Amino acid sequence: MTAQTLSDMLRARFGDAVTGGKLEGVHDPWIAIAPGRARDICALLRDDPATAFDVLMCLSGMDYGGGKLGVVYHLDSTTQHHRIVLKTEVTAADPHVASVESVWKTANWHEREAFDLFGVVFDGHPDLRRILMPDDWEGFPLRKDFRVPEFYNGMKVPY
Amino acid sequence: MGLLDQKFDNSNIVITSMDNLLNWARLSSLWGMQFGLACCAIEMMATGASHYDLDRFGTFFRGTPRQSDVMIVAGTVTLKMASRIKVLYDQMSEPRYVISMGSCSNCGGPYWEHGYHVLKGVDRIIPVDVYVPGCPPRPEALMEGLLKLQEKIRSESLARKQSA
Repeated sequence: MTAQTLSDMLRARFGDAVTGGKLEGVHDPWIAIAPGRARDICALLRDDPATAFDVLMCLSGMDYGGGKLGVVYHLDSTTQHHRIVLKTEVTAADPHVASVESVWKTANWHEREAFDLFGVVFDGHPDLRRILMPDDWEGFPLRKDFRVPEFYNGMKVPY
Repeated sequence: MGLLDQKFDNSNIVITSMDNLLNWARLSSLWGMQFGLACCAIEMMATGASHYDLDRFGTFFRGTPRQSDVMIVAGTVTLKMASRIKVLYDQMSEPRYVISMGSCSNCGGPYWEHGYHVLKGVDRIIPVDVYVPGCPPRPEALMEGLLKLQEKIRSESLARKQSA
């Protein structure tokens, strides 16, 4: 299934939850979706036998600058042999995205990492807590406006 | 370090003989605590394996700090791990020594500039006796570090040091 067919199918099913994308001229065509509908769209992509995206290859957080965060999903199908990329965008003031943990279990740790390093909150995640940084760490390290703290628990952090 | 350490004002033949015996005993059987954190752990395992044997120095790795004499901190010390290292170091009984292996535990290593999660050198939380530079140090370098620690132990004394 080509990326254009996939995008048309999603637009027909979900209407304005599909907000754009770039399907030509890039190595990985991507479709932009609304953050609140991510679970519904991903559940359809996994369950529909024509698309059959049974593998979530990667879920990454993004900081686009200017207070805009995002999540990028790389999906793969082992039976239909096609791939697609989904992108969502949220603001740092209201960084809520629907969790896809109920669709692919691997998203459990990927979403915890995106929460830990970017502060993106995944609604519906059963256990959203830090995974890489210490539990009492303050701040989200991979945001562009993150400043390294001077001390952490009495230890000097900078060199 | 011990009940009698540095309690005597001057050295005499009894003290020096005890010194020699104790130091020889301590340096010949340095039981190390397995503390491989990152890539230096691989080199530490290689040093302990059969090609560059550590067992011939009397060193073999114990899993618990209660039974160890030397803690070889091999690898990157993150801030998350640093509090655990302090707890484990406090659990070691004296005489205890620390060898800092590799660039990351010496001074933060390649993460010195941008590592927001890295403790820039394990000597910020525990006292280190020997630093072994390298990224990672070759097994021969780690063995030289161990031998340097043995020299340091050989020069210890029960007598109080004469202040200049």
